Amino acid sequence: MDLLIFQAPILMVQASMDGILLGILFALIAYGMALQWGVMNIINIAQGELVIMGGYIAYFMYLSGIHPAFGVIVSPIIMYCVGWGMYKLVINKVVDKDLFTSILATFGISILAQQLMNFAFGADVVVAQSNFGTTMLFNNSVTLPNAKIFSGAVCVISAIILVIYMKKSKLGRAIRATAQNARAAKILGVDTEKVYAATFGINAALCGIAGACIAITFTLHPYTGLPYTVRSFMIVIIAGLGNLPAVAISGMGLGVFEEWSDYLLGTEFRIAAVFSLLVIILVYRRFKLARKREYLK
Amino acid sequence: MKIRNILITLVSAIALLISASTISFAKVVGDKIILGAAVSLTGKYSSNGVHTQNGYNLAVERINGMGGVKVGGKTYKFDIIYYDDESNSGRAAQLAERLIQQDGVKFMLGPYSSGLTKAMAPVTEKYEVPMVEANGASRSLFTKGYKYLFAVLAPANLYLDVAIDLAVEKNGGKPVKIAMAFEQDAFSQDVRLGIVEAAKRTGSKIIIDDKLPKELNDMAATLSKVKATNPDVLVVSGHTKGALTAIRQISEMKVDVKMLAMTHCDAAKLSKQHGKASEYALCASQWHKSLSYKDKFFGGGMKYDADFTKAFGYAPPYQAAESSAALLVYKDAFERAQSFDTKKVRDALAATDMQTFYGNIKFAEGGQNVSKPMVLFQVSCNDDGSKCENKVVAPTKWASAELVHPIPSWSKR
Repeated sequence: MDLLIFQAPILMVQASMDGILLGILFALIAYGMALQWGVMNIINIAQGELVIMGGYIAYFMYLSGIHPAFGVIVSPIIMYCVGWGMYKLVINKVVDKDLFTSILATFGISILAQQLMNFAFGADVVVAQSNFGTTMLFNNSVTLPNAKIFSGAVCVISAIILVIYMKKSKLGRAIRATAQNARAAKILGVDTEKVYAATFGINAALCGIAGACIAITFTLHPYTGLPYTVRSFMIVIIAGLGNLPAVAISGMGLGVFEEWSDYLLGTEFRIAAVFSLLVIILVYRRFKLARKREYLK
Repeated sequence: MKIRNILITLVSAIALLISASTISFAKVVGDKIILGAAVSLTGKYSSNGVHTQNGYNLAVERINGMGGVKVGGKTYKFDIIYYDDESNSGRAAQLAERLIQQDGVKFMLGPYSSGLTKAMAPVTEKYEVPMVEANGASRSLFTKGYKYLFAVLAPANLYLDVAIDLAVEKNGGKPVKIAMAFEQDAFSQDVRLGIVEAAKRTGSKIIIDDKLPKELNDMAATLSKVKATNPDVLVVSGHTKGALTAIRQISEMKVDVKMLAMTHCDAAKLSKQHGKASEYALCASQWHKSLSYKDKFFGGGMKYDADFTKAFGYAPPYQAAESSAALLVYKDAFERAQSFDTKKVRDALAATDMQTFYGNIKFAEGGQNVSKPMVLFQVSCNDDGSKCENKVVAPTKWASAELVHPIPSWSKR
């Protein structure tokens, strides 16, 4: 039974496709996290809550008769404002403090957001229906829900748009400058306060897009944000800051790895397998770094 | 000056006496029997916590309105002290302690969920305070030898084993191939144990046995395996999230199985959220309004359904019905015990043998209710999927519709 994947090799295709589509979604969330981590040196524990909040926006559009897929446009706009407000209210007070303070602050925000969402939206698990149908490949043996394909495409497009925006626009340049050296940027006339607020807003907007995708592909519940925070954190750790293609690759890689370990080791070990891989990567990194340090000595 | 001092001493002594007496007799104040309950009004269980509270309240109102509880020739009324346990088991245990120690409650009602009941049971057991609970079905609650815990509901391992029997019956009495996907939590794993036993009993083979991580939102891998191995029955249990995820992905991936059995369908509002995609799913339920059990307080299931809907504006899920039944059990036990002594009430509870609108109630040694079978209903929708209904299909005695078996394939739906 364990080796079902070898008896039916078509499952390898299925597992890889599922993994990639799952990974792209996580990569987009991680992308936002890497951005604001790199720029503001803040680890946002409330990342998952921003995602779920974005999902609820799409869900309420669905409830009021609008197709939830339009959530990928509306949700980031609203979430940008939410992120901006969150920065002005809390984050700007911790942005130049040490990492521990900002972790505590965002942890507080995440608890508050969970409770507020629970209060406002109720504790029921909800889904939004896209009715996109299914794509069948290889004589119906590989099935890909169109909602997942749609989400994957949306994530890729938004990532590309963001990369171009960061390269070409004035704000993008200011963000990159602030990330490199906030003080120098300030001296050269960059309004870092504005840059920080915009960065946090962009991060929230990315979460909003991912959330809208999750509303039509998975399920929403006020307390299910944490797995998204943890996963995006992992992806960023593996990829490193300021390396956006690496974020995409490590996101998809982890997704595929997770799906494959489901088939090879069993469902109960899939999360454990991903975390073990993380430990191995970190230990390997340490050795590599240690060697480099020795060389420097 | 002296008189004033004496007066003050006297007044404070009286005050102390009164306060002491309210503490030690808080279980019964005047004509009120005070019950204590910690339910989840906030946090992740808050919707089911509210169903539980509404169920309790409706029963209290009904029993009080119909003459209350007669003990020793006097009529008493029920009253409940509620606390919010925030869906947190640590908090639930603290509140049990508080209800008993500070509020002097001598009779407890259960919280929502197996996990919270598990946290409170050791406390009530320590103080030898009876607890009648209606929302903790995990088998481990009934194997610890608790003497003061009574559950009006059937234990978790009996939730879905009926489905396996049904599948075998439909397969002409021959063993079937079973695929299982259960979340890794106490409740779902108990449901799994029931299936494993049923498989052994019928000689059936378990070909997929996936344990889903709690944080998992995606069952695609499990369902691909199901597609590749083509089992006769697919059994899924993972609370409301599991039920919603399963239906979403089964319909998206067009997974054809002859029978799909699951838990938490009505709590997840499955047919409302997924419409026609949820059709033909078999769901385990503690109670259904169409069952013909009767009692003098609520009449039957249909009347309970109507009264509850009138009072709270929504149809009662089984979590509310079983909560109401817990109060009926208490009333019956107090009247048989003719006493408020916790030991006597405990013995009366243990000897309970009654019928309520919710079902027959008789407790086994471990405190679980053994005389009420689970029912299975099947979701049935009209042609465009705008209206779906749950129809009881098993056990045969209560069935109001014929089981649709095998489930039509997705290409024909």
